[in-house]
Amino acid sequence: MNLQSEPVWLLVSLVAVIAFAALNAAYLVWVERKGAGHIQRRIGPKEVGPFGLLQPLADGAKLMSKQLLVPKGVDPVLFKVAPILVLVPAIMSFVTIPFSETLVGRDINLGLLMIFAFASVNVLGILIGGWGSRNKYAVISAVRAVSQNIAYEVPMLVIVLSIVMVSHTLNLNEIVRQQAGFFWHWNIFRLDLSLLMPVSFLVFFVCMLAETNRAPFDMAEAESELIAGAFTEYSGMGFGVFFMGEYANIVIGCALAVILFLGGWQCPFGVASGWWWFLIKLYALIWSVVWIRWTYPRTQFYGLLNLSWKILIPIAFVNLILTSAQMKLDNLF
Amino acid sequence: MSLAKVREALAALVAASQEELPPEEAIESVTEETPEAAAPEGEQAEEAAAPPPPLVDTNHAKKGFHLDVTVAPDQVVQAAEILDGEKYTIEAVTGVDWIKEEQMEVVYDYCDTADFSRVVIRARIPRATPELPTISRVFPGADWHERETHDFFGITFVGHPDLSPLLLPEDADYHPLLKDFTA
Amino acid sequence: MSVFAESQTQETFVVNLGPQHPATHGVLRVKLTMDGEYIDRAEPILGYIHRMHEKNAEVGTWAQFMPNTGRMDYLHALAYNFGYSIAVERAAGIEVPERAEYIRVITCELNRISSHLLWFGAFVLDLGGFTPLLYAFDDREQLLDLLETVTGSRLTYCYYRFGGLYNDIDENFVDGSRAFIKRLRSRMPMYHNLVTKNIILMKRLIDIGPISAEMCRKYGATGPVLRGSGINFDVRKNEPYSVYPELDFDVPVYSECDCMARYMVRMDEIDQSMRIIEQALDKLPDGPIKPEKVPKLIKPPKGDYYAAVEAARGTFSIRLVSDGTNKPYRLKLRSPTFSNLSLYEEASKGMLLADALALMGSLDLVIPEIDR
Repeated sequence: MNLQSEPVWLLVSLVAVIAFAALNAAYLVWVERKGAGHIQRRIGPKEVGPFGLLQPLADGAKLMSKQLLVPKGVDPVLFKVAPILVLVPAIMSFVTIPFSETLVGRDINLGLLMIFAFASVNVLGILIGGWGSRNKYAVISAVRAVSQNIAYEVPMLVIVLSIVMVSHTLNLNEIVRQQAGFFWHWNIFRLDLSLLMPVSFLVFFVCMLAETNRAPFDMAEAESELIAGAFTEYSGMGFGVFFMGEYANIVIGCALAVILFLGGWQCPFGVASGWWWFLIKLYALIWSVVWIRWTYPRTQFYGLLNLSWKILIPIAFVNLILTSAQMKLDNLF
Repeated sequence: MSLAKVREALAALVAASQEELPPEEAIESVTEETPEAAAPEGEQAEEAAAPPPPLVDTNHAKKGFHLDVTVAPDQVVQAAEILDGEKYTIEAVTGVDWIKEEQMEVVYDYCDTADFSRVVIRARIPRATPELPTISRVFPGADWHERETHDFFGITFVGHPDLSPLLLPEDADYHPLLKDFTA
Repeated sequence: MSVFAESQTQETFVVNLGPQHPATHGVLRVKLTMDGEYIDRAEPILGYIHRMHEKNAEVGTWAQFMPNTGRMDYLHALAYNFGYSIAVERAAGIEVPERAEYIRVITCELNRISSHLLWFGAFVLDLGGFTPLLYAFDDREQLLDLLETVTGSRLTYCYYRFGGLYNDIDENFVDGSRAFIKRLRSRMPMYHNLVTKNIILMKRLIDIGPISAEMCRKYGATGPVLRGSGINFDVRKNEPYSVYPELDFDVPVYSECDCMARYMVRMDEIDQSMRIIEQALDKLPDGPIKPEKVPKLIKPPKGDYYAAVEAARGTFSIRLVSDGTNKPYRLKLRSPTFSNLSLYEEASKGMLLADALALMGSLDLVIPEIDR
């Protein structure tokens, strides 16, 4: 059987992506809980399996065996569609992520654009879920999520724009290929391309945290204010799917950061590049996301919006202008 | 020094109410005004006299407060204004059910946080018609205390914005701290 | 149909925060009338855990009420034991031996630290930071173990008796207290580095939830709320009871009136409590922990008596009315957070929901103590 033949590859990549996303969601919860336990000087899950490694399976079984409760008065269609609207686009985005030079579901030239197109559907799912729940907390949360996502989409896209300008491509694999060699060839250290590269990585990372509704920007599910925000009325697998979508989004966000700034599957020392380097970088970044969550308190909502509109967006535009000026200068000399 | 000022103003207030009373009671209060100069004696005077005198300087170490003033029910607002003027804070409002005397007593605890002193204001009202004006316009903090007192004793604070049950259930029509209350 | 049925006419909607809500720490219900995320009116609704302690007092003897005092503020139960003991001792004229007074102060201050530690964790949890809660619980756990050895319980203490104590402390307790203070001293800088100096926390607390000194006075707010508004009033200093006059400690006062000021007052109070405990342990005299003879049946003379103590949340005071029998005629419990919470409606007007919850956290509410 020819693995490279079109229908087979399609099927294989689809199954692989779904499995990867689901496994990641399950085991990132375990990482999150173990990590939180470690940070908080406790053990974390330990009863199910060695080191609690089977805990995600037990959780999954529990969630799946629970009744899908549809409370009275909700919009049943929107209520049920919302979790799917969060999960499916996240899984779709995996298709274009280059795990290595060859290990990529679809090597599309407009990969970056596609990911951002799908990523913006995520917030729609939260909005629909919050609105459809007919719960005041959920509606407040949905509105928060929308304004937060709009606020952070802008600086994120402007930063990515500057990367696209220096790379001359939207193909993710091509962007990674351009960062070959030692680690100072990674975009984050390419001060010759743009002086503000490290700053733009930070901006991108912060925006990624906000886009995925992670602490300290977890306004949408601020549990001490809004109980569980947009997910308040969800139970069983409805909640589980939201959860999976959220973790899939974190993986996508971190994968993008790795691809755009940290050299993707390239080895820091220019030898033996491959998917393992991609995964190492990816999980290191994901770990830092977990770390931040258990270290910082939540920001205030206006603080969050101020950060975006007053600080991050100006930085992003300055970065864009500097990058283009630098490109112009490079062309001159 | 606010205690001295408050004492003076409250004494005037008490004296004003005494004048309105029938002469024989007024005379009685005059005799009790005399131990004012000697403060520690006030306490003994209180124990000796059958109806307590309206203004007593109490021994703080023994009683826990400095000044104990009984005013007429319609004077509690004036008393509150005097204490408010001297920057006292309201600590609590509560009631006592004197069932044998067919009376209810409302007790206001004030405290001066700047120049420490405690002042107690009391008012006695008939048990059959327990009504007296609210001080929640002077001290908004008295609002909840008066609601609680209404819950427990059924005392109506005239002019209070909302006397619905605070601690008891919404539909409570009983007053548990009355001495004739049985569950 | 819109979720906000009432919004078409008033442009506000009502949200019931509680009685079960992660931020109300118990069974407080706040009826919020919201204009978007802004609070138009926040009306606390009490009574969900009301147990009528005051009536309970009237049916039992004086001594039988002692366990109830530990069940009001379950976080600083010993201060409530203390307040009740002082009130009855004052009424009945019972003398307390010096050793008992010192032990009372030591255990009461240890309990105050545990209360402030729990508040610290829960407050940061309200602000979305989970980790400090478990750090604080870690420290608090040591304290509870320590207090358990002498009082016999971990939360709802009933350790003081009229005129003395139930149980004497031993060497282990003294050493354990010193070790705990040493440990907490080394951990306080960590708390300040991790939490107090955190930029997000500072932004969420500084200039948020102003409560002016005048508002405190009008509502009768006491404790850290009052001291965070620049008023130096602490019952331990201003109306000294027990052996506090013999101990050297400061009353932390911050005049910023915001949530940060109240936060700093409590954090500094932990330091001051440690100072008090150390001095009290140094000065701890030998002797009996109970007076020579305490009457079996206490019958305070007729009259009314007042006693106040500084609990972790403010002035806790008791008004006793005795008719000369072995039962209280009337016993009024004045709980500090009852008054502190009553200013919430005025203070939270026009605030954002998240800020209003920061304000509520900074008041340090213990609901069973409000409802009594």
